[in-house]
Amino acid sequence: MSRNPLVRAVPPTSWFFRQPRYLRYMSREITSIFIGAYCVLLVVGLQRLSAGQTAWEGFLLALRSPASIVFQFLCLVAAVYHAATWFNATQKAMPLQIGENFVPGNVISGAHYVVWILLSLVVLYFAGVF
Amino acid sequence: MTKSHKPVVWFPFAAGGTVIAFCIPVIVVLTFLAALGHMPAGLSYERLHAFAANGVGKLVLFGVISLSLWSSAHRLRCTCYDFGLRADTLVATVLYVAAILGGIAAALFLLRI
Amino acid sequence: MTPLKERLVQLEVLRYNPDTDTEAHFQHYEVVCQEEWVVLDALNKVKADIDPTLNYRWSCHMAVCGSCGMMINGEPKLSCHAFLRDYQGVIRVEPLAHFPVERDLVTAPDDFMDKLKRVKPYVIPKEMKPISEGEYRQTPAQLMKFRQYSMCINCMLCYAACPQYGLTPSFIGPAALTLAHRYNQDSRDGGRKERQEVVATHEGVWECTFVGACSEVCPAHVDPASALQQMKITSSIDWIVEHLIPGGKP
Repeated sequence: MSRNPLVRAVPPTSWFFRQPRYLRYMSREITSIFIGAYCVLLVVGLQRLSAGQTAWEGFLLALRSPASIVFQFLCLVAAVYHAATWFNATQKAMPLQIGENFVPGNVISGAHYVVWILLSLVVLYFAGVF
Repeated sequence: MTKSHKPVVWFPFAAGGTVIAFCIPVIVVLTFLAALGHMPAGLSYERLHAFAANGVGKLVLFGVISLSLWSSAHRLRCTCYDFGLRADTLVATVLYVAAILGGIAAALFLLRI
Repeated sequence: MTPLKERLVQLEVLRYNPDTDTEAHFQHYEVVCQEEWVVLDALNKVKADIDPTLNYRWSCHMAVCGSCGMMINGEPKLSCHAFLRDYQGVIRVEPLAHFPVERDLVTAPDDFMDKLKRVKPYVIPKEMKPISEGEYRQTPAQLMKFRQYSMCINCMLCYAACPQYGLTPSFIGPAALTLAHRYNQDSRDGGRKERQEVVATHEGVWECTFVGACSEVCPAHVDPASALQQMKITSSIDWIVEHLIPGGKP
């Protein structure tokens, strides 16, 4: 009996609809578009800051346009989603063995969340938000 | 088969991913507040200029922006492939060059402050 | 003793006959099962009572042998571990994704077997010693370091779950790389350098984008995603030592 195996190719542009977890993965990856665009905005901001007070205040005013508000909201969602997925992944990338046993993964990820929240509060405090 | 040079692009991706996770959300919160009309005092010209004029401040801003740019560029490269765009060399070149140019621009603007 | 509850189960099973077919097609079966059964039991009932031509692999019926892996409603599963009570309506059964279909639900594992060999999944002793010197000893902590990864039953569900393997079949893939990690982590082993020749290539860990599906579907609770991320970090450190530190050897 000869072999005649059937190869079922993976559709290269729609494979991620096959399982919900693939969509979760793709949404994690797509955050990079927003983060990248936001970094470009930061570079533009630095340019404006270096160009003097009038330029910087014009930049802040431009931030208040409706399009900018929508964009920044999406960036905020993307940044928080990135942070959550990243911290959840730390326990996989950097497991920690103390003595015989491994430290529970939640402890490793949880420590990252705690540091993240503290750091964010410190930045907000020094930026005069509260 | 030869060993891959992927660590050259992956290490800064991993470092940048960590920087994004810790720093970018709070920075977005600040600019978002400004966009909504609740300008944080820290974004005033005097305070921000003073921060960026300081050597440590320059280093922090440059580190956050350049690493985040690189990390997003690398992830976007993989995403293009995942979406079925198979011209990986072209995509990688365009995105990495863009990230490096963005980093250089950030450095130049910071040096002018 | 309460009697077992009967249930009419509807199956949609992918059929492919290599001698006559050019494409696969679904075949519908209706079979009376016990509510407590697993999908594999339903298939066995179909084969016994309805259609003896149906082909599939199985052996232990207790999630140990790893031979009955199938896609059940699109999810890679051991069919002996997929309980009918967890499914409603028509249950769609297909051969494991990303592998060539040999016949019906039987896939060709040749590619995986070849890759498994390439990562040298066995202890390569640091130093050979004569039997008279006794055994290679290990502390419980040293055992715990790799024990999880040694639970792999080679069922290939992780390959069926990994989209990067599906898109780029040259990828060494989750289970084989995880077994490389298992031996790298073994205190008795000195073969890491040899395995890096496969692990640290483009087709090795660098094809992985940390989708994480492998770890989610593993029936033996091995964590391939974790193993691969750890190997990316160590491979990167190797690269730095090799290229940026004068006279550095990994």
